[in-house]
Amino acid sequence: MRSIKLSRVIVTLCMGFAGILFIMPFLWMLSASFKPELDVMKYPIQWIPTKWNMVENYRQVWAGAVPFTLYYWNSTKVTLMSTALSLIISAMAAYGFSKVIFKGRDTLFLLVLATFMIPTQAILVPQFIMYRWLGLFDSHIGLVLLASSGVLGTFLLRQFFLGIHDEIIESARIDAAGHWTIFSRIAMPLVQPALATYMILRFIWTWNDYQNPLIFLRSDSLFTLQLGIRKFADFSGEFYSLMMAGAVSAILPLLIIFMIGQKQVIEGVAMGSVKG
Amino acid sequence: MEVIPKKGAVKRFGNVGTRRMRKQSSYDNIAGYLFISPMLILTTTLVIIPILLSGVISFSDWNFVSGIEGFHFVGIDNYTRLMQDESFHRSLINNLIMIAVVPVAMFLALVLAALINKATYFKTFFKVIYFMPFISSFVAIALLWRVLYHPNNGPINGFLRSVGVENPPLWLADPKFALISVMIIMVWTSLGFNMVIYLAGLQNISRDLYEAADVDGASPLRQFFRITLPLLSPTSFFLLITGIVGSFKVFDLIMVLTNGGPAGSTSVIVFYLYEVAFINLESGYASAMGIILLILILLVTLIQWVGQKKWVNY
Repeated sequence: MRSIKLSRVIVTLCMGFAGILFIMPFLWMLSASFKPELDVMKYPIQWIPTKWNMVENYRQVWAGAVPFTLYYWNSTKVTLMSTALSLIISAMAAYGFSKVIFKGRDTLFLLVLATFMIPTQAILVPQFIMYRWLGLFDSHIGLVLLASSGVLGTFLLRQFFLGIHDEIIESARIDAAGHWTIFSRIAMPLVQPALATYMILRFIWTWNDYQNPLIFLRSDSLFTLQLGIRKFADFSGEFYSLMMAGAVSAILPLLIIFMIGQKQVIEGVAMGSVKG
Repeated sequence: MEVIPKKGAVKRFGNVGTRRMRKQSSYDNIAGYLFISPMLILTTTLVIIPILLSGVISFSDWNFVSGIEGFHFVGIDNYTRLMQDESFHRSLINNLIMIAVVPVAMFLALVLAALINKATYFKTFFKVIYFMPFISSFVAIALLWRVLYHPNNGPINGFLRSVGVENPPLWLADPKFALISVMIIMVWTSLGFNMVIYLAGLQNISRDLYEAADVDGASPLRQFFRITLPLLSPTSFFLLITGIVGSFKVFDLIMVLTNGGPAGSTSVIVFYLYEVAFINLESGYASAMGIILLILILLVTLIQWVGQKKWVNY
């Protein structure tokens, strides 16, 4: 037994080393964001800055020429709204597709599922034109609706709703509860872990989305963080320390959320595929 | 990013009528439609109608700025033009080259997953580390790598010079190396996802098999090739398909990292589509490209259906 454990320690150490190599780009980014510009590209790399310029770098990003705070706020707003709306819509549909029996249910589900395969880029042109007609172009509401229209949440949550025993629903029906009561009082609390998983995933995806804001937003004052940081990079040109401070600021909230909910995220990603 | 999957989903339903004998009440019918209607309305207006429109527009030479009057049908002109368009060919070839990312990332992920599953402590810690690039925004990642790859002063070339490489590659600035540079980042970002899926697959393999193999005296390596690998084949196959489909959709990274350049060396179909649609404003031509993209993805998915019966062990 002891020899097995020793080999395990060795493998862990090797993997740890590989892991550090793997996240080195992130470490470099963090370190660069703390340094004065002149030290960023020095070689050998100063992993721990000899001269610190952290406060000034982050102040420049957050309170400098580019309205970073506004972009941050826009992203937060769009992401929170999308997550909430998408969660409600997906959960309702998932309940309908798993716990209510109605005509044409399976055909409709198949149709909805088929939209999975459509690449978002293939429908950009008509979406863009429709958005202009509907007056949704260049608005946060438009982005929220786009983020909420994915069928992924419906599919993911449906898997969990299927796991609820029908007896529970039957007995609630006998007690004269309507579907809405069953949905909100019984089913939703039972699938809370799944809701948390989908919530975090939706949050990450919407926060990181670049393509939709790029195409469906025009006004600078509506820009989300991903557009803002790109603009910021073009604006500050070769100021790498500032660029890295901006990138760190963009990733940080995600990392925090991910650290807190890593179990849900990782299991959610794995569940969607393997359990099937 | 939304590469989460639907394997086996289609098999699942179809148990409606058998479940209960009671006749459906009209209450259930109405309730059912009410529950699904918000999602259905949204999906119909934002996905289903656009894909149909996309098909129609692809047969026109329309430019959406010109309004409805500027709409003329041109038959299959857009599609024949795509056949002769060199930029499109190059983008398509780049897409095909990019597929190489998938097996590389899968192989590395399998090794990592096997080690983490059996031979290391701190499983969760490793999962989190390798998953980090997957959840980070592509814009931030692209900006980061743009600096890391900097031809003169970047840390990567600094390192290469320090170990004696006289003329390190110029990475993103060199048309010959740009695509490879992008692919390295793609491997880096997709590794965590692949690894997590493999870990889930590994946990589904019954321990009894390994115990039996131990009794028979099979070495760990032999066990890996004779038990683990075959039993993971559905997982591998799934990763291959989603990976290929995903590689056709890479947009953010290219857009921020290289803008398709230098000299079109990193242009891919979705990037070229974006250029044609929103910079050249050729809606019809861009829609035709979108339809081709859809067909390519349908083909890959079709191969999944046929292929999984042939060589996947369940």
